[in-house]
Amino acid sequence: MSEEAVKQETASSLFTVSVSPHIRDDETISHIMWQVNAALLPAALFAVWWFGVPALINMIVGVVFAVLGEYLWQKGMHQPITAFDGSACITGLLLAMSMSPVLPPYMVAIGSLLAVIVAKQSMGGLGFNIFNPAHIGRAALMVSWPVAMTTWTKMADASGGVDAMTSATPLNILKMQGYDALIATFGSQSDLYWNLFIGTRNGSLGETSTLLLLLGGLYLIWKGYVNWQVPVTMIATVAILTWIFGPAGLFTGDPVFHVMAGGLMLGAFFMATDMVTIPMTIKGQLIFAVGAGALTVLIRLVGGYPEGVCYSLLLMNAVTPLIDRFCKPRIFGAGGAK
Amino acid sequence: MFESFLGGIHPKDGKELAKDKPIEDMPVPQELVVPMGQHIGAPCTPTVKVGDEVKRGQLIGTSPAFMHADIHAPVSGKVVKIEPRPHSGMGSCMAVVIQNDGKDEWADGLPMERNWQSMENEEILAAIQSAGIVGMGGATFPAHIKLKPSKPVDILILNGAECEPYLTADYRLMLEEGAKIITGTQILQKLLGVKRTVIGIEDNKPEAIKAMEQAANGTNIEVAALKTKYPQGAEKMLIKVISGREVPMGGLPMDVGAVVQNVGTVAAIADAVEHGLPLTERITTVTGDAIKEPKNLRIRIGTPYQAAIDYCGGFAESPKKLIAGGPMMGMAQATTAVPVMKGSSGILALTAEKVDHGPEMNCIRCGKCVKACPMGLVPSMLSILSERQAYDACRDEYGLMNCVECGCCTFVCPAKRNIVQYIKNAKGFIRAEQMKAKAAAEAKKAQEAAKKEAEK
Repeated sequence: MSEEAVKQETASSLFTVSVSPHIRDDETISHIMWQVNAALLPAALFAVWWFGVPALINMIVGVVFAVLGEYLWQKGMHQPITAFDGSACITGLLLAMSMSPVLPPYMVAIGSLLAVIVAKQSMGGLGFNIFNPAHIGRAALMVSWPVAMTTWTKMADASGGVDAMTSATPLNILKMQGYDALIATFGSQSDLYWNLFIGTRNGSLGETSTLLLLLGGLYLIWKGYVNWQVPVTMIATVAILTWIFGPAGLFTGDPVFHVMAGGLMLGAFFMATDMVTIPMTIKGQLIFAVGAGALTVLIRLVGGYPEGVCYSLLLMNAVTPLIDRFCKPRIFGAGGAK
Repeated sequence: MFESFLGGIHPKDGKELAKDKPIEDMPVPQELVVPMGQHIGAPCTPTVKVGDEVKRGQLIGTSPAFMHADIHAPVSGKVVKIEPRPHSGMGSCMAVVIQNDGKDEWADGLPMERNWQSMENEEILAAIQSAGIVGMGGATFPAHIKLKPSKPVDILILNGAECEPYLTADYRLMLEEGAKIITGTQILQKLLGVKRTVIGIEDNKPEAIKAMEQAANGTNIEVAALKTKYPQGAEKMLIKVISGREVPMGGLPMDVGAVVQNVGTVAAIADAVEHGLPLTERITTVTGDAIKEPKNLRIRIGTPYQAAIDYCGGFAESPKKLIAGGPMMGMAQATTAVPVMKGSSGILALTAEKVDHGPEMNCIRCGKCVKACPMGLVPSMLSILSERQAYDACRDEYGLMNCVECGCCTFVCPAKRNIVQYIKNAKGFIRAEQMKAKAAAEAKKAQEAAKKEAEK
């Protein structure tokens, strides 16, 4: 073949020429995101059964406005549309699940829009957001409508039983009236534990059922989207610290209650594991989880809020870049021959 | 069992396409294109001219440079052209084009019979050097240089891992020509005076492990079944897994007393030392879902890809990518006119279904690349910093130059980011800067010397 002919063939060739590797894993961002949504589903469905239609409405509103907000932003900014990749859906769902079932839907909608537009798209979109968008949305609502955000009224009791709940969440009762009142509300300590475990108690709509959140979390761990070390470390930190710093002196706390109360399960399995906003290495993630757990306890026991998961995770998100900087893996061959 | 290295991936291996196809001798095509650059180091200069008659095994290219390997005629015939031709690694390279005369005559004195056991080490090394043998796993490092380490070595590792998906050339070689590999290994044992010799084979090739165990029976050569995990066959990983030693950053295997050779290279060494045969053919896997009949071929150096593909029945469907080597580290080709070379472990033709990955998205910091990196790097940060042209940060804070470009990070990335490409860009920039600085320093030195001269 002459040089001319070679040039001709090269020019007419249909082969793609690009850098290796030439094959890829099938995994996509969208698939991962939908898997996380799926893992949230049991707890979300339980919320509909337990809290009734308002819970369903709030979750639908949360998802619709998050996805719509992202879509309109991307359309307006002439960006590629990725609003349907599942990540906005997670944000809307998590946001609704972390709030009172009786919060007016328009507030949920505003929270969702703030989350996807301010906390996510304006920072550059998925991957560039420093803070978990759902948490930003929740924090914004918390400062805007503090009363509505902390009003918990049980709307329906699909189980058909007697409504034995007060309007406060267990953590609220603990904060305002003390541990004995808490036990008294539920009857006995074992009743308290059982209700927290199953989810038949008051609280944000998606965080009541320890059991179902655990199931979803284990699914994500099993599929490899979540490092088990993160939720385990965060939960263990909360358990140990709440046990040590009990109401009646050192080592008198109730770690079992604290682990299952409030948003810890939801936070530990679904938010402390939000890959975008946590450190990338296991070492960094452990620091993150310990920090988030410790801050949660600090806010719960000392701070002005009964619940601390949202703010503790936001604070740790802020130091994530720093953690990443100091927790790089050891480079192969570093430190000479071994 | 052997301790594994950190990171790594498990791609679908695609080896089923060709693994059961015995090695076939491919007929020599009418025209062979022998590039003068087939190894790491200086390209060779032709020692023949247009119109010369050549015999198989005759020297046709050499170089005065230390780092080079001689090139020999793969067939008897006539030199019809010496001109730049497409090249699978360089885009284009000076090549000696030989018209096959159909006689396939060997050059004078070839092949010969030699008893390697009675040869001096110097003679053995000379035989390997004059045969132009390079690392046949794809790295193409001249073998005679690697086999004369400047530091004491005590372990010889044979690379039979063949961890690249699709490729089965080494696998077939181990099944069919284990004895030759063992002979070559024994030659190297004598040459290097090592204490321990291990052949590492991935445990997804049980037949090869069995065959090599049988062939090694009665020798002091160990056969090690290694975990199936890419890049198990990377030199540094292999040394770590087999000996527990870690080649230091920027170092060579001999820094930890090890020499690694691919099994194909060792078989070629056996031929060169026992029979005086220069490296003029090799075993190459022609495969991929776009190849009609995937095969393992004993193929002459200089055979155009098109001829090899035709011999395998042509394309089954139109390929999207034509790759020299494996899918993880091989190089995509623009044309089937590129020839088979000493380092050609595979010719791979993949359909669009296998190579279209969708658009690149933002990094979502999932950390999969960090987990997959066998070198302990943070590929996501390297890619992001490279995108921002923060090349110095890549090098100084994130160990850019340690990347071996194995492709694990890019393979696992759910955002389909071309991480290796970003890393290559950054490396290229830094190398260019280094060259510029070096040139400037040299110019300054020359200037000062001239000034001094003038002052005298």
